[in-house]
Amino acid sequence: MKMKIYSFILVMWVLIIIGGGLVVVFVGPITFATDVEPIITSGVKVFLALFLIFIWVFILTKIKNWIFKTEIKS
Amino acid sequence: MQEKIIIAIIVSAIAFFLIYAFTPILIKFLEKRNLTVKDVNKKGNVMIPRPGGISILIGIVASEITLYFFFPISEILAIIITSVLGFSVGIIDDRKTMGGWFKPVALAFCAAPILLLGAYDSNLDFPLFGSVKIPSLYLALVVFMIPITGNTFNSIDVLNGVVSGFTTIASFALAISLFVQQNYEIGIACLCLAFASLAFYKYHKLPSRIFPGDSGAVMFGATYGVIAIVGEVEVIAAVAILPAIINSFLFLSSVKRIVEHREIKNPTLHADDFKLKSTDENHAPITLVRLLVAKKPLSEKQICNEILKLTMFSGVLAIITAFMMGVKI
Repeated sequence: MKMKIYSFILVMWVLIIIGGGLVVVFVGPITFATDVEPIITSGVKVFLALFLIFIWVFILTKIKNWIFKTEIKS
Repeated sequence: MQEKIIIAIIVSAIAFFLIYAFTPILIKFLEKRNLTVKDVNKKGNVMIPRPGGISILIGIVASEITLYFFFPISEILAIIITSVLGFSVGIIDDRKTMGGWFKPVALAFCAAPILLLGAYDSNLDFPLFGSVKIPSLYLALVVFMIPITGNTFNSIDVLNGVVSGFTTIASFALAISLFVQQNYEIGIACLCLAFASLAFYKYHKLPSRIFPGDSGAVMFGATYGVIAIVGEVEVIAAVAILPAIINSFLFLSSVKRIVEHREIKNPTLHADDFKLKSTDENHAPITLVRLLVAKKPLSEKQICNEILKLTMFSGVLAIITAFMMGVKI
């Protein structure tokens, strides 16, 4: 059990680093044509950031369910 | 540099010894006025004084005000005001049980001093990849940060000594990370929090002589959150408290709504030997403690030690992250 929770923390840490990298490299520099309102650009960035968070939560939920189910069964 | 070391020693000593000396007086005061609550994880009717947040407030505010005399910068002023506001929200919840939404909303207002004093930088730094400038989004992050850390710290206050021990370890890790980043003023401010929680841990550890209450736990979280923002170490700060984030994440992903913790079914039960075991109730939330006792019942001391070991692990990851901030790929 202990190792599974430590692994869970490690996975969260790796996901934070990868997610941060995606935000800095891909989401942050997004720009559209000069006549596009800055608020629209910000909205697109927010949407992409929320999408990344959704994936982050989805992966962690799967891991959490797997850990809990395997512990209950054993 | 020598001057900064002396200041760090002075303010750390103020934070530590004020709480160390004042908490026994507070314990007697609260006991005399019958301001006690039952320790549900002890056999018999063991009553513990609460809230210890008052002594934490005195220690943190006195040390941070002293620090402000040495470094009169808006960042330290923001730490002082936000900490006091965080305590105020917690003490209201200590005196009167509020709804699940009260704390998050009230704590969002606690971020006002950070915004009004302009004690933030809208760049969000990530390890290895550099930073991203998000002026509008960062304002939202500031508003959300204090409720998140305040509630996250409060939700880990489940057993004797956990929240104070957890805050001590996470704050020392964050202080070291701030020193690695050469942000000495805020690093010293973080040391105040670390030594304050260490002094309180002396009385809060198993068997507790006092509980911090919501005022203490929320204040720990609010102070930690404001230090993360004004120190520009949001990501590192998040890594250092991953066990508490896991706890909140597990809770929210199983309950699927924001509720006051007193409103939900208890995720753990007492076995015959008074060890904690996982409940068979399907609708009870999954928490870090429930996960730890899912396989076999554990004593309160064993669970506390496991949570503090997990915090040490995430603290080490936070310091590694701080070193990684200086590396660009």
